[in-house]
Amino acid sequence: MRAIRTARRRAVVLATVAALGAGLLAGCADDGKDEESTGSGDAKGKTTITVGLFGTFGFKEAGLYDEYMKLNPKINIKETVIERNENYYPALVNHLTTGSGLQDIQGVEVGNIAEITATQGDKLVDLSKFGKKSDFLGWKWEQGTTKDGKTVGLGTDVGPMAICYRKDLFEKAGLPTDREELAKLWEGDWAKFVEVGRDFKKGAPKDVTFMDSPGGLLNAILSSETEKFYNAEGEVIYKTNPAVKDAFDLTANAAEEGLIGKQVQFQPAWDTTIANGKFAAMSCPPWMLGYIKGKSKPEAAGKWDVAKAPKSGNWGGSFLSVPKAGKNTDEAAKLAAWLTAPEQQAKLFAVQGSFPSAPSTYEGDKVLNAKNDMTGDAPIGQIFADAAKSSPVQVIGPKDQIIQQGLTDNGVILVTQGKSAADAWSNAVKTIDNNLEK
Amino acid sequence: MPSRHSIAASPVKGGAAPAGSPPAGRAPEEERRRAKLSRRWQRDLRWSPYAFVAPFFALFIAFGLFPLIYTGWASLHTVELTAPTDMEWAGLKNYVRIFDDEFFWNAARNTLIIGVISTVPQLAMAMGIAHLLNYKLRGSTFWRVAMLAPYATSVAAAALVFVLLFGRDYGMINWALGFVGLDAIDWQNDSWASKLAVSTIVIWRWTGYNALIYLAAMQAIPHDLYESAALDGASRWRQFFHVTLPSLRPTILFTVVVSTIGATQIFGEPLLFDASKGASGGGTHQFQTLGLYLYEQGWINQHLGRASAIAWSMFAILILIGLVNSVISRRLRASS
Repeated sequence: MRAIRTARRRAVVLATVAALGAGLLAGCADDGKDEESTGSGDAKGKTTITVGLFGTFGFKEAGLYDEYMKLNPKINIKETVIERNENYYPALVNHLTTGSGLQDIQGVEVGNIAEITATQGDKLVDLSKFGKKSDFLGWKWEQGTTKDGKTVGLGTDVGPMAICYRKDLFEKAGLPTDREELAKLWEGDWAKFVEVGRDFKKGAPKDVTFMDSPGGLLNAILSSETEKFYNAEGEVIYKTNPAVKDAFDLTANAAEEGLIGKQVQFQPAWDTTIANGKFAAMSCPPWMLGYIKGKSKPEAAGKWDVAKAPKSGNWGGSFLSVPKAGKNTDEAAKLAAWLTAPEQQAKLFAVQGSFPSAPSTYEGDKVLNAKNDMTGDAPIGQIFADAAKSSPVQVIGPKDQIIQQGLTDNGVILVTQGKSAADAWSNAVKTIDNNLEK
Repeated sequence: MPSRHSIAASPVKGGAAPAGSPPAGRAPEEERRRAKLSRRWQRDLRWSPYAFVAPFFALFIAFGLFPLIYTGWASLHTVELTAPTDMEWAGLKNYVRIFDDEFFWNAARNTLIIGVISTVPQLAMAMGIAHLLNYKLRGSTFWRVAMLAPYATSVAAAALVFVLLFGRDYGMINWALGFVGLDAIDWQNDSWASKLAVSTIVIWRWTGYNALIYLAAMQAIPHDLYESAALDGASRWRQFFHVTLPSLRPTILFTVVVSTIGATQIFGEPLLFDASKGASGGGTHQFQTLGLYLYEQGWINQHLGRASAIAWSMFAILILIGLVNSVISRRLRASS
């Protein structure tokens, strides 16, 4: 009896050890194997294409995968999404440099596309034969193209910026509320826009600032410049570029005068200032209207309006790329091209509000007649389309994000905390230089 | 190890198998079988221990030792995250530059300050709480579990709640301060206030854990010590100082060492406390710790070589602290 029991116990222990060991080994096994099993097709002879994205691209929500699978019965599409790009992007770089763990299609944010084209271009498939250059906005196509002319990222959406403003607050401050009139007032120069802010302050209710945050204004100005942090030769020029210093000083002075809220964008306190109507205007791309709606109280609906910005610029948007290490690069490239084709972009705009990077859609019904709950009957589609077409072909560089973050979070925001503009600038420059040094 | 080895080897030398020595006059076949068994025993005894510890060491080498050495190798190169195999020899440049890297020393200073203002109150409070819990209480298990609850909370959840509490414009703490007529404090941007706030998160999470360790040690103190102290007319207070504290000396030393190591590596709290969700530890790096600086250089700025050098410098600092600690504790032991 005893012997049987010990034998049985030994069997149990052995089984447990074996199971644990197998689990460990499976955990250590490299990802390539998984890809092989899914990549080379399942029992029905279908090819599975995996799509790795961040945030909300909305392909699935807009039913585009289902549509493509119906058109191509041999294709099966699987999507994995990581919520935040901060978590998604370092992993993507790691996977690209090691050539493993990659999906067949990978999304890339516009803030990272310059680094991807500069450093990972040879690891990605040239998509210029799959997508049509004439379909896209010129600057969007350029951003996804490497120095030696390979297009490794096909544009999905863009974020052309306009000025979103609260009609009720403008009225209280004694400013005009008509979008045409306002656009004329600040046309062509951000300094004029800040001047309108000074007028606003004279008549504004207490506690209400003209703009939301220093980061927002700085971003809007910088985005409308042709050259900001890098010159066409790829050299870092942010310190000597007068456009950058002017943008910084204009923002810092406006913050010093109290025209701008003391907030950092996308923080809970900033969200609360949206809900409580603590500022009257902000620079906003189309996707921001969705964000405003999410943070606003229901009675704010229809109180916003959209006017043309002093100078147009772009904020946000993404690309699709196809790593060479994938199993089905050809099929994946076809899918990427289809997803970014004008018809699909128009569908995506209708469902998801992602603004198309394909100008042919701007004449279409979906964009032309687009409306938004927050902005009532403002013709947002036309305004944003005009902004997209007049945005500059901006020189972007691999470390744009680090530089802009330094100028914002280690720079202009300090002015709202009592530092002088000069101190804020030198703090930002010190931080950025240290961050750029290899 | 040598002593184990000699035990395992002894049956051969002495001819006494652990299973019991065979009595004389058995069949030679049986004799051989026994010898074979004994050899298997012996092999089992000699090699099994290695097999049992092997999984740990295999994992340690793969995920502990190799990264450690590789980091050391990488720290002698200029390497970027975008091309980790593309290493350019830099010699000691990454280390030399740390000496005049004001951001490193700022981070080191912050780590020290946050370490002190979080560890000292934390251990003092833990001691007091443990003393209270050591009394006969109704529902003592409930109190003890409650003490451990913050420890079981994830850093992320705790930090997010504290960020809301410490908010400048809509935070509850500033609301309470306003209630009693004090000015609002900019908890995230003020140099000292931000360090205090980060320390608060650390204190909140770890006090209960240390209290339970102290409590366990207190319960191991023989009761007669207190009894005789009481007979001698010692008050509760004096009993605490003259009986409890001296008996807890090794435990206190342990918690000090563990807390010091924890404080040197503090990372999650300052990372999540940042208003701009970056890793710079505030606009002027006012609460950037060494761990955070390392992360910023490696993963945000993608300079793997520099980050590796920072990692090894942190390692060196930890060893230094460990040495100082052991010298002090040896002195303390000698003086008692």
